[in-house]
Amino acid sequence: MRLKESHIQQARLHVFRSSYHPRRKFGRLLSALFFAALISALPSPTLKAQEKPYFVTYSHDLEEPGNLEIESKTALGQPPESHRYGALATELEYGVTGWWTSELYLDGQTTGQESTLFTGFRLENRFRPLMREHWINPVLYVEFENITGADKNMLEVVGHDGQADLAEPNADTRQEHEHEAELKLILSSNLKAWNISENFIAEKNLGHEPWEFGYALGAARPLRTLGSGKPCVFCLEKFTAGAEMYGGLGDVASLTLGDTSHYVAPIVGWQLPVGRLSFSTGFGLNSNSLDRVYRIGWASELPQIGTWFRRNGGTR
Amino acid sequence: MIRRTLGILCLFISAGLLLCAASAPRWSKIPAKDHNRTNPLASRPESISAGALIYKENCGQCHKADAMGDGHKKPGLRSDRIKSATDGDLEWFLRQGDLGHGMPSWSRLPEAQRWQLVSYLRSIQN
Repeated sequence: MRLKESHIQQARLHVFRSSYHPRRKFGRLLSALFFAALISALPSPTLKAQEKPYFVTYSHDLEEPGNLEIESKTALGQPPESHRYGALATELEYGVTGWWTSELYLDGQTTGQESTLFTGFRLENRFRPLMREHWINPVLYVEFENITGADKNMLEVVGHDGQADLAEPNADTRQEHEHEAELKLILSSNLKAWNISENFIAEKNLGHEPWEFGYALGAARPLRTLGSGKPCVFCLEKFTAGAEMYGGLGDVASLTLGDTSHYVAPIVGWQLPVGRLSFSTGFGLNSNSLDRVYRIGWASELPQIGTWFRRNGGTR
Repeated sequence: MIRRTLGILCLFISAGLLLCAASAPRWSKIPAKDHNRTNPLASRPESISAGALIYKENCGQCHKADAMGDGHKKPGLRSDRIKSATDGDLEWFLRQGDLGHGMPSWSRLPEAQRWQLVSYLRSIQN
């Protein structure tokens, strides 16, 4: 027993020493300095007007060509008889052209009394096929996901997704690797000051699993449509409010609104001088859904990042 | 099964790209009803200052603060083309964008703010 204790103490000491090793500390300092220098050298974030504060629904707004938007979306929830969790999706969105936007998502989550995990990545592309603005504007969305079963971001609800999936322990779900392709048909309209968006989702696990389906609907409007002409933080035109609704539609074998989860979520977006803050509380609509899902988002945009890289050391 | 999925994916992407080949909106294609529209906020002097702020927040990053463009792909906005365009033309162009040539659609802005932007663009032509 004593021998075991001494082993444990030695191991603890080793962990302590290795984490506070002077060389490692210097390395961390260097990396911190590098990132600080990079961030200060990058073009300053810009204020963008009237971005939609949706968390799950997509509108037909694409990223402006050459701009990079960095967005974090946090989802907080607690399945019944399980631990609280917080999931974070970090999104890098780049406007390749006026009709094509490409995105990379990095997902992670932490579950109380369990663990903190990196749960995978998603690559997505959105194409706007019609060059003109119409009453309804379609956008085609293609995504590849490489995530584990422990992902709790709920960026979409498909198939028979439910609260039971979120209650499973991380130790089990992290072993499930999911390679999935996802297609979305995004339909969106800007009517007067309102944006109304409808998304139809088809997702396929590239293993031998059937196609699963889901939907997301959203409506949002700025609280004031006329610009005041004064730089302000709290004026009404800086706030956008609305609601979104999303849920699963079953799979190929059983298209259904039952045996899956559905949520309705009021949303508020606040445009600040350096980015956009958004909040939402999702309310579960049936017994398969979580009671509540709280979401917080922060988005900041780096303008014309491609031009900046070309100007600072690249080639034209 | 994987082949079929990949096939569907390719079809989906190809359909998107083919549709993208559709021609972009240009000045010559502006419908008469849009061409003839007048700026409902033209008589309000404050709409120029409001438009200036909207320009700074949304347009200045490409067209530059002085609206002279970048000398390459992003054109200057103090030009004969803007001068000769009607208010309706400008509002239509802001709403439609020119996606094929990198100009996003500003339909995301409420219509009132697009008209304020038109007021500002008019004011910088002299």
